[in-house]
Amino acid sequence: MLYKVVKRSEITQGKSFGIRTVAIILALLTSAIFIMILNLNPLEVYAALIKGAFGSNYRINQTIITAIPLVITSLGIAIAFKMKFWNIGGEGQIMMGAFAASFFALRYPDLPKPILLSLMMIAGMVAGGLWALIPAFFKAQWETNETIITLMMNYIAIKWVTYLQYGPWRDKGALGFPKIPNFSDNAILPNFLGIHIGWIFALILIIIVYIFMNRSKLGYEISVLGESENTARYAGINVKRTIIIALLISGGLCGLAGMIQASAVSNTLNVEVSGGVGFTAIITTWLASLSAPFILLASILFAALIQGGSFIQTAFGIPAAAAMILEGMILFFVLGSEFFIKYKLTKNGSAKPAVSKGEI
Amino acid sequence: MDFMTSFLAAAVVAGTPLLFATLGEIITERAGNLNLGVEGMMLMGAVIGFKIGLITGNPILALLAAMFAGGMGALIFAILTISLRANQVVSGLALTIFGTGFSAFIGKDLVGQVTPNAIKLFFKPLEIPGLANIPILGKALFSQDLFIYLGYLTAIILGIYLYKTRKGLNLIAVGENPGAADAASINITLYKYAHVLLGGALCGLGGVYLSLVYVPAWQENVTAGRGWIAVALVIFAAWNPFKALIGAYLFGGMDIIGFRIQGTGFPISQYFIDMLPYLVTIMVLVVVSMRKSRKNAPPKGLGVPYFREER
Repeated sequence: MLYKVVKRSEITQGKSFGIRTVAIILALLTSAIFIMILNLNPLEVYAALIKGAFGSNYRINQTIITAIPLVITSLGIAIAFKMKFWNIGGEGQIMMGAFAASFFALRYPDLPKPILLSLMMIAGMVAGGLWALIPAFFKAQWETNETIITLMMNYIAIKWVTYLQYGPWRDKGALGFPKIPNFSDNAILPNFLGIHIGWIFALILIIIVYIFMNRSKLGYEISVLGESENTARYAGINVKRTIIIALLISGGLCGLAGMIQASAVSNTLNVEVSGGVGFTAIITTWLASLSAPFILLASILFAALIQGGSFIQTAFGIPAAAAMILEGMILFFVLGSEFFIKYKLTKNGSAKPAVSKGEI
Repeated sequence: MDFMTSFLAAAVVAGTPLLFATLGEIITERAGNLNLGVEGMMLMGAVIGFKIGLITGNPILALLAAMFAGGMGALIFAILTISLRANQVVSGLALTIFGTGFSAFIGKDLVGQVTPNAIKLFFKPLEIPGLANIPILGKALFSQDLFIYLGYLTAIILGIYLYKTRKGLNLIAVGENPGAADAASINITLYKYAHVLLGGALCGLGGVYLSLVYVPAWQENVTAGRGWIAVALVIFAAWNPFKALIGAYLFGGMDIIGFRIQGTGFPISQYFIDMLPYLVTIMVLVVVSMRKSRKNAPPKGLGVPYFREER
């Protein structure tokens, strides 16, 4: 073997950021080959993607609106991932948050706006948190595999909302169309600077989560637990309690994203309310290496991909699924690039120059 | 056929895609790699197999193409997790996202297309004389199509391979303690690659059963979460190919029970019955983790990248 793999002792943040950027560029190049196989000009497609995401004020607004739930959900997922608790149930937690918020919106449509919206927000966070609490409890109690449970609970949440939409909550005035009635005006989040105020929540939450993870005791305990459960125990951290609280927060944030989507975007509850955000947020969280400020960057990148993807569908007739392939590709390359962040390749000879000189 | 037999027969049919995917994931996890991309690999197999079947009208080529597509998905995962030691959970999720996009993309022109008659005919139920006369079970198990018999055969062969051959035992060692296996001069990288790829090929087969035989037409996202149920079934089956047979058909039964109950006019919403497989999966996982017997434990090296220098 000519090269040998050596663990890096340390890497500067700039260098690791650089490696990730190279990975994304390589992903774009690889996808370009894929696009060329389909007899399309990759440059045109990429230009259309960018145009679709940022081409006009309207499109920029749409991209930001898409980024809002991504940011908030990613923040929630990052807290769980930091603990190496693989919460892939964001989708279900969003759904249950939206469900609980909708309960208040539909039940008390005439409450004063600030009161109703606050109630909906609290309900959304509590419901999302409780939905995440179930796998957290099993994990804390019996170390039950959380990956699959959180995922199974997504499907249960989706079936639950489908049941409501086709059953008890169905709008009888909708002429047989299976939908839940629209919210009253009091249950809809107001706009600020042309976009619903969810964007302000998202920015504030980035700061709060950043401080929480880096400056608070609980945030520190979560990190330690993620590094090693044994270390956490020796350090006197209450492991069960930490898992439960962290997941309440994680699910609560996802639930809040659900409330925002139901209230501001769809103005009602339906099965599409989460729209894959719970899964996309897993990628953005990982791309951002679980860091709150980078989550903003990654979420905007992916919101742009989603918006641009639906644009190329209408402009080129390329299915929006192409954007998913690109998403997967970017993630593959970034995952692969982490190898070069953790390890470096050194020439076998260079470690012992004196010996090799002697041999020559 | 009476009600019970026809229900069991339908459960076996519905359980077959689960069986292939579960077997694939068992082999993958036995090599110490947790591949959560089952859903993605199934979809890749489903779409490529269906497309080749449509073009050639040849069932064998369709199956081979599905295995190839599933294997290619697994290859991406293998490069990332074995050679580049990336996080297995996230790599698997990425594969699922990629595979879902890939199948929707390739399948956009296939929507509404139906399986060619030649293939339908090839996979029509064949009765096995003698065995089919066993009361109740005979007709359910032995009056099925060739693909289902391939499922029985695969499970049995993998079971024998795993527990009765040297290579199979080596594989178990790789999954349990790669360091020790390495010291016994087993080629860890080769074993991991070979079995992760084989696992992907089997997931591809599970997918193509859905599109080509079960539906039998192309519809987007034809797997509808079955890949994830397969991941859970691996735990249910305690990483044992023989037990996978029981688990897959049990869950196949739950998959169709809603439809059957609806027919009898029993007053329960279809959506609650649809939750059943997911609820049962959760309960199974919880019960297994509560009992924590050593026999049912996952391979010890599962999810941990192997790096000789860190041994």
